[in-house]
Amino acid sequence: MSNAYVSKRVLKVSAVLKYRFFLLYILFTAGFGANASAQTDSMAFIEGGHFMPFYHTSDDSVAVASFYLDKHPVTNGEFLAFVKVNPQWRRSQVKSIFAEPGYLNHWSGDLDLGPRAEQIKDSPVTNVSWFAARAYAQWKGKRLPTLHEWEYAASASRDQPLAGRNKGFVQQILDWYSRPSPTILPAVGQQTPNYYGVYDLHGLIWEWVQDFNTVFISGESRADQGELKQFYCAAGSSAASDIDKENYAAFLRYAFRGSLEADFSVGNLGFRCARDKQ
Amino acid sequence: MKSRKNYSRQSNSSTGVSRKQFMKNIGGAMLTGSIMAGTGFSLNARAAAAASPKTDTTASSAVEVDRIAADPTAIPGPIRRNTPKTHEIELVSREVISEIEDGVQFHYLTFGGQVPGPFIRVRQGDTVILTHKSAPENVLLHNVDFHSVYGTGGGAEATFVTPGQSQTIKFKAMYPGAYIYHCAVPRMDYHISSGMYGMMLVEPEEGLPEVDHEFYFGQNEIYSQQLAGEKGMHEFNFEDMRKETPQYVLLNGEKQAITANRRGALKVKKGEKARIFFVNGGPNLSSSFHPIGNVWTKTWREGAIASNPERFVQTALVPPGSCGIFEMDFPVASTVHLVDHALSRVANKGMMGDIIVEGPEDPEIFDPNYSA
Repeated sequence: MSNAYVSKRVLKVSAVLKYRFFLLYILFTAGFGANASAQTDSMAFIEGGHFMPFYHTSDDSVAVASFYLDKHPVTNGEFLAFVKVNPQWRRSQVKSIFAEPGYLNHWSGDLDLGPRAEQIKDSPVTNVSWFAARAYAQWKGKRLPTLHEWEYAASASRDQPLAGRNKGFVQQILDWYSRPSPTILPAVGQQTPNYYGVYDLHGLIWEWVQDFNTVFISGESRADQGELKQFYCAAGSSAASDIDKENYAAFLRYAFRGSLEADFSVGNLGFRCARDKQ
Repeated sequence: MKSRKNYSRQSNSSTGVSRKQFMKNIGGAMLTGSIMAGTGFSLNARAAAAASPKTDTTASSAVEVDRIAADPTAIPGPIRRNTPKTHEIELVSREVISEIEDGVQFHYLTFGGQVPGPFIRVRQGDTVILTHKSAPENVLLHNVDFHSVYGTGGGAEATFVTPGQSQTIKFKAMYPGAYIYHCAVPRMDYHISSGMYGMMLVEPEEGLPEVDHEFYFGQNEIYSQQLAGEKGMHEFNFEDMRKETPQYVLLNGEKQAITANRRGALKVKKGEKARIFFVNGGPNLSSSFHPIGNVWTKTWREGAIASNPERFVQTALVPPGSCGIFEMDFPVASTVHLVDHALSRVANKGMMGDIIVEGPEDPEIFDPNYSA
């Protein structure tokens, strides 16, 4: 559903009449949705714009074009459907260069989600390599989101875009990062969606992005070079200002991506798909 | 907090193994792990994870452990060898929930599910093949910086791992002493405050003096968004860490863990001699480590065991990121309180552990009932 997009257009018509239009918007939302392709029902429209990645200086924002993003991370049930018709991505048949041995190891077999199938079929799929995630996206006629697209969409709080400097929002994210993952991940879509209508960008799993490997970090607080260095100096300890705390949540995501290899299968790392705006 | 509520909503259908049973498994596996540290066996906390596939998601939906306080006596014994050896050691980063005191929960970041982390014991000249593994349930990135290692970052860069992954390094223990190891991923002060530190002892080739007991302690301070003693989950407080104003200062990860009030005091007999291995994780506070009612008979400040010890030291300063080795005698029956003599850290914040000295009274040395 492209709710956010529709509502923005409605609001543009007239700020004065916006409350009256709000009713119309409610009435017409269903109609607009039906006009869009069936695929976008499960995707949210993300209107393009500029944003400031955490490591950039103030005159150095990044442009993101409008795109569609899956509302939910891909689930175990959805991924099972994929491997059913793509045997080369089954656990026993996947090529070792495309997925390390932990690939889908929380399933009981190639096509078997195991004794807790009912419980995990709606949970996000994890233990999938970047290669497998990319293959799934292609099969769906989609692609993985870019790092900038993901960060841009994820910087929206529940009621505003670009909330990356909003302390309450960032603290919520930080609180998740400092909490161990549950053994059985909860189902997707149970948290409050963000401004764009996207669920679970924070608080459930880490997610692959198309260009995860453009981030370089060494994993050593005191040694990193390049564009992240400036941030490391602050992040290595807590000596810096409040801005630094806001950045820490973003830093953790970049650092996590920087630690990955494309064949890794990680217990709390999944993905969702994106698509260009036609 | 919001997401935790969501997690519990779907949890009714779960489990099989009770939480108590799960904790027992975890506890057992961890104890085994710590005893084996440095003996060439694996410090495998992953066995614990394997033994306990089902956490009770109703309670908190994360990995819980019943006890975070390292048992001060569960360390490998003195080395009797005269020749070098190669050790294969696995150190597992584990993010867990446990209690600081009754009803007060905290998200600990640990090595081996205990604070301080497993005691690693080798001899000068030994070779260590060390595998750092991150438990698959972890959310954060971790690594290890060994102060006992010559090399970039003390191995930190080379041991940096994603959850579920492991990295192996090999090093030679070139110089003797007691050395801290700690996580060095940003923010390392947050990781250390939450429990990611421990001790590696490199014994000198000639070994250590004979003692009757060896005890292992670690101090760190915790910065919480809640006040000390407030029931429920305590969330980490980055602002207070910046100001260096902790809510808890702890000996072995829990409030007064090694006392009769919690895990039980240590017991020795009159006339015995003990050696204390002490590591201060910090991340920020120096410790003025003092045995109330006793004295450090021998003190190797900074754990610098190759130096001659200082004698009869009352209060030894141990800076964050360092260690101390102390010997003490117990000539009279008494209770010795080990404290940080910055005394505001003791009662409310929790920095105390007890050694009970059992035996007959000796009025010649100390007579509490003297009358002329």
